[in-house]
Amino acid sequence: MSIRVGESAQAATFPKAAKKLLQNTQLRRNVRRATDTIRGKRAKVVDEMPDWQALRTAGQQIKKRTLRNLDSYLVQFEKACTAAGGKVHWARDADEANAIIIGIIQSHGQKEVIKVKTMTSDETRLNHALEAVGIEPYETDLADLIIQLGHDKPSHIVVPALHKNKSEIRQIFMDTMGLKELGHAPEDLAAAARNFLRERFLRVKVGFSGANFAVAETGSVCVVESEGNGRMCVTLPDVLITMFGVEKIVPSFDDLEVFLQLLPRSATGERMNPYNSIWTGVTPGDGPKEFHVVLLDNGRTKVLADEESRETLHCIRCAACLNACPVYRQTGGHAYGSIYSGPIGAILTPQLQGMEHSTSLPYASSLCGACYEVCPVKINIPEILIHLRRKIVESGGAALTERMGMAVAGYTLADSSRLGKAQKLVQLGRQPLDAIGLPGWSAARDLPTIPTQTFREWWKTRGAK
Amino acid sequence: MLISLFITCYNDTLFPGTGKSVVRVLERLGHTVEFREAQTCCGQMHYNTGYHPEAVTIMKKFVADFLDAEIVCIPSSSCVAMIRDHYPKMAKEAGLEKEVAELVPKVFEFTEFLTDKLGVTDVGATYPHSVTMHTSCHALRSLDCGDRPQRLLKAVRGLDYLELPAGDQCCGFGGTFAIKNAEVSTAMLSEKMRSVLDTGAEVCTGSDNSCLMHIGGGLTRQRGTARCVHIAEILASEEGDQ
Repeated sequence: MSIRVGESAQAATFPKAAKKLLQNTQLRRNVRRATDTIRGKRAKVVDEMPDWQALRTAGQQIKKRTLRNLDSYLVQFEKACTAAGGKVHWARDADEANAIIIGIIQSHGQKEVIKVKTMTSDETRLNHALEAVGIEPYETDLADLIIQLGHDKPSHIVVPALHKNKSEIRQIFMDTMGLKELGHAPEDLAAAARNFLRERFLRVKVGFSGANFAVAETGSVCVVESEGNGRMCVTLPDVLITMFGVEKIVPSFDDLEVFLQLLPRSATGERMNPYNSIWTGVTPGDGPKEFHVVLLDNGRTKVLADEESRETLHCIRCAACLNACPVYRQTGGHAYGSIYSGPIGAILTPQLQGMEHSTSLPYASSLCGACYEVCPVKINIPEILIHLRRKIVESGGAALTERMGMAVAGYTLADSSRLGKAQKLVQLGRQPLDAIGLPGWSAARDLPTIPTQTFREWWKTRGAK
Repeated sequence: MLISLFITCYNDTLFPGTGKSVVRVLERLGHTVEFREAQTCCGQMHYNTGYHPEAVTIMKKFVADFLDAEIVCIPSSSCVAMIRDHYPKMAKEAGLEKEVAELVPKVFEFTEFLTDKLGVTDVGATYPHSVTMHTSCHALRSLDCGDRPQRLLKAVRGLDYLELPAGDQCCGFGGTFAIKNAEVSTAMLSEKMRSVLDTGAEVCTGSDNSCLMHIGGGLTRQRGTARCVHIAEILASEEGDQ
């Protein structure tokens, strides 16, 4: 099996990557400004919904029901999609998915593909695989284009180039689009991207997309977006390939009603996405002549098997948890070493690709709960982080010093007379402790002065009175 | 009312003044406080860091120590959150479901105990200082404390209450997070300290000494004059104390 989440198995640990990013003041300013803006917009459009909590519960319940019967919903989807003229492929892992996609493109003798709205292809490293066989992938989502042209990596689930500001983006366009001049306004940058992309939209014969939802009942696929580039990507080419994780299934068309309210408000603070594309198989004389769906597992059924954390698969990739996270706010997304960053990334990446590759991610949280509070499908991320920490400890993955410290603390706290003795030691060691300090802590914070009398000692003297 | 004080392990060791203040406030209100000397800890550090069996052992001890108490009052939101949010689930594995279900409703955080159980907001305190309040994440999201601490503070004579901007942001403590991810924790702390100093308050209070130790430990390295004081110590203050 070649389950992977991009290059995250080779990524630096979270504390190490974060330390480096914290020194990039421009990036941190960009991240703070962008997340503040989206958070504000989200709060406004969520507050105007009197039934928001009921909607969250509905979303959670639909996802639960889907995951309980995922096997039959997937087969139902395959039948409906096939009946409508689509072709469904099943991919166990990243390599299988890439091979299927390359096979389809090569069977049409094509050397180029336009792409939009797909995180799963970052998981499988599709672009890398395509380039290796001489196929040119063109990202057409504006932010993904910025990332591709700048040889950068996405730092946010919904706004991949969130860590870049206007002038940095302008510079990337100047350097890579062969432009003599370019204005500074957002409209100028959008116009440059439009010119750059339009020619490709009209020329390239194969399109590739992800999906936000797939409907089991009808075999339909749904992509929501703000730009319209996705709409062009899924309608203009002769051949369309759509890949999504198996958890993107919803049972019926009616279920979309719930998610099409939850997603835009949570993701971008919009009441509705400007473009909602829903299509079913192929329609003669309208849109692609050939439609392929690649259903990707790549570790998802493994997550499904863990009762404690399977709700990770509820995620609809709105990124509200990233925007709310005080840790993400400081570091941005690159610190997480994965296409999936922020709180959801900290639980999704380790589970998909195996805990041993990302043992630092479940600790990349202060467990403040802001993520759980905003999650539109009520994923209890703090609880799952703790569950994953437990798995790391149980598999012997924690540092020896930590294990020893916790064992000593556990022994001490199991009995109040042991605690009393330990407190005496702390009091006696007061001066040296202050002098040595606590690694990590003392770099920025003073330790409190250890009192000469504990509360329980004071209580005894009080009782004697 | 006979109120059993669970002081918590770190308040016992590092912040005995908080416990003394809780006793002072409750006795001033005419109640009797007991301190069960067998008590130690709630198990939060072990649980949150992934050391489940150790946490369960400590939970069993807490249940044995306090099951027959009339009321358990705790001057720490995060320890109360540990008990309310995680004990019921842990109890299933430990076969203590009945006991935990009986005990949990009797457990209160100090400020919610005052406002909800005793129904008081004016506890007869005087504290002539400007004060801002850091609401810990556990108080905010797990205990859903709302404006309970603020109502108590605003009833204190001489106290000038100043709202903390971005009050729903984590201070960056997070238990072992502050050590494992020290740099990120410090960056979060910097933002929190800026908010505190921007209010111009002399004192930053809260219902969790863990956050206050973190914020206060940073503030002592700043040129500002703000210091951290647990809310129980403010509510215990009387005229002539300062």
